[in-house]
Amino acid sequence: MKLLNRTLIAAAVSTGMVGAASAKDLVVVSWGGAYTASQQNAYHAPYMAANPDINIVNDDSANGAVAKLRAMQEAGNVTWDLVDMVASDAILSCDEGLAIEIDHNAVLAPAPDGTPALEDFGDLVVSPCFIPQIVYSTTFGYRKDKVGDTPPTSINDVFDLAKYPGKRSLEKKPINNLEWALLADGVPADKIYEVLGTEEGVDQALAKLDTIKDEVIWWEKGAQTPQLLADGEVVMGSTYNGRLFSVIEEEKQPVGMMWDWQVYDLDGWVVPAGGKNEADVLEYLKFATDTQRLADQAKYISYGPARASSAPMVGKHESLGIDMAPHMPTAPDNASNTLLYNYEFWADNVDDLTEVFQAWLAN
Amino acid sequence: MSDTNEPLVRFVDVQKSYDGVTLVVKKFNLDMQKGEFLTMLGPSGSGKTTCLMMLAGFEPATHGEIFLQGQPINNVPPHKRGIGMVFQNYALFPHMTVAENLAFPLQVRNMSKSDTEDRVNKALDMVQLGEFGGRRPAQLSGGQQQRVAVARALVFDPDVVLMDEPLGALDKNLREQMQYEIKHIHENLGITVLYVTHDQSEALTMSNRIAVFDDGVVQQLAPPSTLYEKPENAFVAQFIGENNVLSGNVISIDGDSCHVDVGNNRSVHALKVNVNNVGDTSTLSIRPERVVLNPGSEYNNVFEGKVEELIYLGDHIRTRMVVCDDSDFIVKVPNSGELGQLREGDTVKVGWKMEDCRALD
Amino acid sequence: MSDAPLVTVDGTPLKVSLGRAKRKAKIRALLLVAPLFLFILLTFFIPIMSMLLRSVDNENVAYTLPNTADLLAEWDVDSGDLPDEAVFAALAADFKAATVSKEDDINATKVGTRFNYEKSGFRSMFRKTNKIFEKGGVEPPYKEAFIKINKRWGDADYWRVMQREMRGKTDSYYLAAVDSGYTDDGERAMNKPGKRIYLKLYGRTLGISLLITCICLLLAYPVAYLLSILKSRTSNLLMILVLLPFWTSLLVRTSAWIALLQKEGVINSVLVSIGVIDDANRLLMIHNATGTIIAMVHVLLPFMILPLYSVMKTIPPSYMRAARSLGATPFTAFTKVYMPNTVPGIGAGAILVFILAIGYYITPALVGGQSGTLISNEIARHLETSLNWGLAAALGALLLVAVFALYLVYDKIVGIDNMKLG
Repeated sequence: MKLLNRTLIAAAVSTGMVGAASAKDLVVVSWGGAYTASQQNAYHAPYMAANPDINIVNDDSANGAVAKLRAMQEAGNVTWDLVDMVASDAILSCDEGLAIEIDHNAVLAPAPDGTPALEDFGDLVVSPCFIPQIVYSTTFGYRKDKVGDTPPTSINDVFDLAKYPGKRSLEKKPINNLEWALLADGVPADKIYEVLGTEEGVDQALAKLDTIKDEVIWWEKGAQTPQLLADGEVVMGSTYNGRLFSVIEEEKQPVGMMWDWQVYDLDGWVVPAGGKNEADVLEYLKFATDTQRLADQAKYISYGPARASSAPMVGKHESLGIDMAPHMPTAPDNASNTLLYNYEFWADNVDDLTEVFQAWLAN
Repeated sequence: MSDTNEPLVRFVDVQKSYDGVTLVVKKFNLDMQKGEFLTMLGPSGSGKTTCLMMLAGFEPATHGEIFLQGQPINNVPPHKRGIGMVFQNYALFPHMTVAENLAFPLQVRNMSKSDTEDRVNKALDMVQLGEFGGRRPAQLSGGQQQRVAVARALVFDPDVVLMDEPLGALDKNLREQMQYEIKHIHENLGITVLYVTHDQSEALTMSNRIAVFDDGVVQQLAPPSTLYEKPENAFVAQFIGENNVLSGNVISIDGDSCHVDVGNNRSVHALKVNVNNVGDTSTLSIRPERVVLNPGSEYNNVFEGKVEELIYLGDHIRTRMVVCDDSDFIVKVPNSGELGQLREGDTVKVGWKMEDCRALD
Repeated sequence: MSDAPLVTVDGTPLKVSLGRAKRKAKIRALLLVAPLFLFILLTFFIPIMSMLLRSVDNENVAYTLPNTADLLAEWDVDSGDLPDEAVFAALAADFKAATVSKEDDINATKVGTRFNYEKSGFRSMFRKTNKIFEKGGVEPPYKEAFIKINKRWGDADYWRVMQREMRGKTDSYYLAAVDSGYTDDGERAMNKPGKRIYLKLYGRTLGISLLITCICLLLAYPVAYLLSILKSRTSNLLMILVLLPFWTSLLVRTSAWIALLQKEGVINSVLVSIGVIDDANRLLMIHNATGTIIAMVHVLLPFMILPLYSVMKTIPPSYMRAARSLGATPFTAFTKVYMPNTVPGIGAGAILVFILAIGYYITPALVGGQSGTLISNEIARHLETSLNWGLAAALGALLLVAVFALYLVYDKIVGIDNMKLG
């Protein structure tokens, strides 16, 4: 009997039953894979270690999360506590009343030097519901073995079939593609959205895309371009810089980075309206978005921390041991030509231009 | 029956094996004359249906040759053999009306529309279904479907009509009625029918000749009366009609008759059918209706019998008794009144004539 | 016989007595069906109804902007002038009223999103204006104040859209779903050729689905026939192979197709290495309509085989034998006797495959490229990404109508009773 008791206790302790029995579950929705792993290592694990009464449950359903959130809210049962979203979705969620507005300075930790959170994040707070986490970029990767001795260095090369024949993969969306097409067509960066705001400008961009249309494989999931590059199906393709980092540095594929006119975008947290553990989540966010935590995440994935104060603290990759700073999209060498996602323009025009773009694709 | 010497259907040394290990049909020879109604009778698995399928062309013979009107047909595909067939489940095409079913064999022969119509109507009248031409098979009763199947197999004037247990799915009354109908059609049209059944009374009712099958071999091929009166072996005797069986050893042979010891020094005088040597074991076959109680002196086999069971059947009393140690010895006692006194447990004399007792293998 | 109703021994009319005896059985039958009925009602019927309602619903606009709606109705669109100050004042009052509750506050932004479907620019215009009112609002004169917030308030085209879409039910989702909309003159018309997409996708979806159905039928028919004539032990084994695709997830299977069919994939590499094609002319079998067709035929094939098999299994071999013995060649016997008897299976399989094909979107999204995208991909996009559920509902409703119309055609030609699902 004594032996049995001891065994039971041992089993309970080892499976964490004793702790978990009283802990509160927080459901955190993110993108899965390496990205969720980086959040687990940098945020969740240390937070749970310090707060044994909180148990963070990862849910990998961030794809289409706005729609799911809307369905949950209409059904009157929001089961998520925190959702990771790209900024444009966060804006949409905020418009739709799916996320709560945050008083950033009151809720979030100031920088180590006392700079208030809102100032530390700067203009990356693109919506009152949005708490920025990382800066990522959509940029190009290319097959080193299929571009000869002159690797592509400019966005013009993407549109140059004579110099770089073969398939390229682009996202099945107007966003980024229309901007790149205009840049390659000679429109200056500061005039891009002015031009895109007119029908002629859209036609100009589509005409430029027409020159490579037959050689494009259109992707919808972030994993597709890395796979297509690894399989040698495409010569070059756009995707998120973190995906390319893992293809190049972790999987050691013969792939190179082309940073010209990378488009910055933001990813961060929103707190769903109607969530059941709002107070606990805000407490968690204070920890998970402080300067050190954001810098820590860069040890696991090559996305730039959203706080200005985190940048100097970015160190080496946790397992590869390489310096992460040069792999950040914000590193000076990578950032000679960059574009910031124009949230306002796209919020107004995404419906219309997506329709035009899809019609262009289908014809 | 035709008087030409050329048989219409002829099987020569036909053998069939499905698995290369066992023979389903061991050695089948048969001559069938034009106009004949020949039945293949036997328990299931005896090879009779296989022979039918080989004739129809659905199964190739493993060895041997089959002739139709003197021509070998082993390599003729089924649709060129000109053989009509009635299947056990009728195989009427459910998506066609009755008339369309009957017209089918005529249409595939490119017969003109008016001729087809004439023939179909005639065939429908023949089976008394003149008003049912527009119906689907599923809207007919079992007996009506049966008749359509027969009409369809005949409508294109085939040389031979094969019938594979065609009445198996009908209830008893209907089955008997259909037996007569088919028999009448056979007689009226003078068609040649090869019929397969496992029902002996059906075979006896309808056939000119019956081939009794067992274990892939034809045991006896003869007209019904011969099969019943003069079975050539124990299987046929058992299979056709009711039969009392005594077994023993041959102790003497005397011309056409022999004596068989059935135990306890009881010797039975029997007709020698297929026993050849003294000492052979033999099965004696005696039909129950040929056994009499309290026999007179003309009966050369007289033994004691103990009544075990009496079953009143109206015209006769079926009596089960122990005779010569056989406790299943059946005697049909005619209900003539005075013998109504028989009681279970009584001991009576039973007797039969030598000619009615056949000594078989 | 007299006309008097029959009665039972105790004098109750026979019908009453019978009804009483049957009532118990009826109640029991009802109770047996009730759980399924409720389930279907809650998970199928109500959602579809609410989807259909969503495709015309426009209540939120007039609810959020009641004063504006009243006054704007009297504005003469063709005057070329902006609405007068009174309308702007009403708009200010509506925005002001919306700030009172959190829910109405969000509704004000949602109206902007709603109008943005009609004309780009409304979304930021409403969001900015709403922000201003959350912080206290504006002072008269309102017209100038609004135009100062966003210059689009001074554009009569925006007001024209607002005036039109103040109605409680709107047809604009359905118009959009058939590549149409309102011109600047307020007339309904087809979009410019460069903006037409859905009709083309409907056509492509029906065409590809039909093609997939035909290919499935051609491939499934011989397999189902073989399965139906084999001994049950062998056919059960083969049936496992047929069902194998069901055991792997759709994504895994689709990824496998990508590995197999892509330019550097297995099939192309084999063909190049045995010299059938040269390296420069590798076949394009994926990221286009071909890829969609190949992968979807694979996914949907079992749905064709199973009903065919179950029908063929019931066709006795004696039908073919009877036909042969009656003088039909093997070909005639097959076309005149066997095939007509498999029509219920063909019908069931075809309808099943066709309807599933019309609704598939994961496979086309992954392997379809630009020429293999189907209407369901657009529906999914509007549900998940653009959140334009009204348009998604309208597109879905039209698809439902198209399927229903095809169903009626099928019923006319083949007859719906003549179908056997297994």
